[in-house]
Amino acid sequence: MSIEDTFREEADELLIDLEAAMLELEEQPDDSDCVDRAFRAMHTIKGSGSMFGFEKLAAFTHHLENAFDLVRNGDLQITKELISISLDSGDHIRLLLEEKESNEELDQASDELLARLSSLVPNTDDQDSGANTGEANSEKKSAGNSSSDNTQTYRVRINPGLDSFANGMDVLPILREIRSLGPCHITTIACDLPTLKEADPEKCYLTWDLILTTDQGINALNDVFIFVEDDWEIDIKVVDQSGHWSDTPEDKPLGEILVEKGDATEEQIAHAHAQQKKIGEILADSENIAPEKIQSALDEQKVLRKQHKKRKASEGVSNVKVPAEKLDILMDLVGELVIAQARLNQSATQLRDPSLFSIAEDIERLTTELRDNTLGLRMLSIGTTFSRFRRLVRDLSNDLGKKIDLVTEGAETELDKTVIDRLGDPLVHLIRNSIDHGIEMPEQRKAAGKPEKGTVLISAVHRESHVVITIKDDGAGLDAEAIRSKAIERGVLSEDSKPTDQELYNLIFDAGFSTAKVVSSVSGRGVGMDVVKRSIEELRGTVSIDSIPGNGSTVTIKLPLTLAIIEGLLVQVEHDKYVIPLSQVDECIELTAEEVKSANGNKLIEVRGELVPYLRLRECFNNNENALDIEQIVVIRNGDARFGFTVDQVIGQHQTVIKGLGKVYEGVKGLAGATILGDGNVALILDTNVLIQDASTAQKAFH
Amino acid sequence: MNDETEHNDITQNDETVQYLTFKLDGESFSTEISKVREVLEYTQITPVPRSPDFMRGVINLRGSVVPVVDLRLQFGMAATEQTVDSCIIIIEVNIEGTSTVLGALADSVQEVINLKKEQLEPAPSFGTRINNDFVQHMGKVGDQFIMVLDINKVFSLEQINRVEKNSAINNEAEAA
Repeated sequence: MSIEDTFREEADELLIDLEAAMLELEEQPDDSDCVDRAFRAMHTIKGSGSMFGFEKLAAFTHHLENAFDLVRNGDLQITKELISISLDSGDHIRLLLEEKESNEELDQASDELLARLSSLVPNTDDQDSGANTGEANSEKKSAGNSSSDNTQTYRVRINPGLDSFANGMDVLPILREIRSLGPCHITTIACDLPTLKEADPEKCYLTWDLILTTDQGINALNDVFIFVEDDWEIDIKVVDQSGHWSDTPEDKPLGEILVEKGDATEEQIAHAHAQQKKIGEILADSENIAPEKIQSALDEQKVLRKQHKKRKASEGVSNVKVPAEKLDILMDLVGELVIAQARLNQSATQLRDPSLFSIAEDIERLTTELRDNTLGLRMLSIGTTFSRFRRLVRDLSNDLGKKIDLVTEGAETELDKTVIDRLGDPLVHLIRNSIDHGIEMPEQRKAAGKPEKGTVLISAVHRESHVVITIKDDGAGLDAEAIRSKAIERGVLSEDSKPTDQELYNLIFDAGFSTAKVVSSVSGRGVGMDVVKRSIEELRGTVSIDSIPGNGSTVTIKLPLTLAIIEGLLVQVEHDKYVIPLSQVDECIELTAEEVKSANGNKLIEVRGELVPYLRLRECFNNNENALDIEQIVVIRNGDARFGFTVDQVIGQHQTVIKGLGKVYEGVKGLAGATILGDGNVALILDTNVLIQDASTAQKAFH
Repeated sequence: MNDETEHNDITQNDETVQYLTFKLDGESFSTEISKVREVLEYTQITPVPRSPDFMRGVINLRGSVVPVVDLRLQFGMAATEQTVDSCIIIIEVNIEGTSTVLGALADSVQEVINLKKEQLEPAPSFGTRINNDFVQHMGKVGDQFIMVLDINKVFSLEQINRVEKNSAINNEAEAA
């Protein structure tokens, strides 16, 4: 990955953060934390943008940052318009990230956005608008410098360590070389120097602090230390993005610099401060400096201190970024390992060697742990997707003139990365549907006695080995009659059939089905719900919809936690082995030939007082000869209903690495894939939902 | 048709092309060796229910699941018992633009032969035992003819659609 890509990736994350902050600000305009967050994001984008040669981007972001600096200082109010501009600017920055070279279209868009922005921001050329804006201006000036030239100020601490002279490394040439990079301030710290009596002349007791301003970039600085970086303690920090270090009031106070360098703790400084008269007071008393100016400097000091604290806190948890392909490779390897482990288990069982057995058990435990951890690596919280929706809801409701609140629950719910990636589009579609078709216009809502503002709720929750995502709106709900007539018109339903409302609702997942009377740009073209259903099914999930007329509708999506490995129940039908996902299995019971006889041909069995229909896998798979005297029924749970599958034998639990059956078998229904067993043979994974659906449609067609 | 252009491509090429020959019901067939990945001994094939007979099922090829097609059945020949000579030819075919690995079940594998362009003749429009769409050329070795299969056609989307149709028929049969 090139350094530019790294920058893009980081900027992308910052933009997401910026967007989130904006949306929060929209609800709570006086949340100063959010303003800070936004400001920080902009500032970092600008700073690193100019560092990597994204001049346009840096210049553009600079203006936006200025505006938020005004907000921070209380000179600009957060308005809806400002947020809109900021969101659009965020989108624009994304485009600028793609196009490093200048591009007329983009330039024009930049100018337009900036024009919109400047109409909101008080004229910044007006120098006398008070102490606060004065300060903002001076910062603006210095920030402007940074986008035009690349000078930066670094703080460098060099600690060669006691043995550096013995190793033949001299400090002086290094210091000289640093000097050649630009104006440099060097302080020698000799506090560790022992008394002459104790000092060893061949040891180095000194540490140096440097403040260097250079336009050669961090790499030139790093190059100086290239031969000593392994042995010396070298700490380089950027202290100022702008070129010039001067004694203007917004420079950091001594105390804070000491804290940053780690030479004093904040408590010590606070203590010292408490003892002395505040510098601000002294200044105000004796030097006749405007108290507002001092106040604003103090404010900034506070902000910076807070930031520093936050940075410190986040440094505690270090993260490693790993390309997704590496995780995929790891996952594949774990899959192979699980298969190999199954083989080992089988051999150990056959050989009956106790020592081999204990090894196999150890390996099994390790494999399971490794598998779970690897799966955990791929888990992301679904919240990242949710934040996308906030923007969507905002933009859409503005476009449509509706008032809508988006409420999210369970953003911390974790799902496999692949699932999350592929879930985004279907969810966007469902939310669009809710907003466009579900939620009524404010007047209609008022007339119906509902609050003007509609609510769309997205929630995610873990349930057993699934994640259930619901999208609920408090709109008008589905019109069962309209669906019915549409279905009859399309020939999906015969005139005289009497489906339940629930069944009617779920018809909207069929292709080409839309009951919207007006086709809008948003939805209503009848492509969509079927695509949603297909995408969800590709993720081995299910989707269903329920609705209460006048009260809104609820779409429920149920997804497996992962696509790669599941716990399965291995069963046998004749010579062939099949896997049923263990998460669906409720229990296993016996079915005797007598019970079959006494049921008079009905395929029903009583399980603890409940009548459960069952499907004979032998019949399903067209090998219906000589049924066994005693068969096993695997009872599975599908939503609230329970169904049984008869099999010859239940073999046991099996860690199932899911392999696709490929394009050739795409058309075969009822199979979710294949897996490789310990003996090297292949077992097929059953898609119980499809089998049950097939059976019930077959039943209906029969009667 | 693109059939024609393919012929021209090969006939204009002076180099010899290698072919793997194999037998089905006493008849010799061949396929370009560049498409063949490896030849396996017959192993147990896990049948996939609700699919047509010529789709024999799936095997485990070093950790990946590979479908196996019984060429005899696909070409409308009678099924036979497996012998020690039975083998699975693993080939790479292009299905709808994606490269897919498939196994083809054959009675036995013969040899690898070199064929020059003058040894290749266009497929006859009729008279072949199998669907002549599957035949790319007729190769002449001595006084024997060997059918060169157009592997991408044998496993074309049309053929795979047969799977869907067949499974649909099965479903209907169940429903009735």
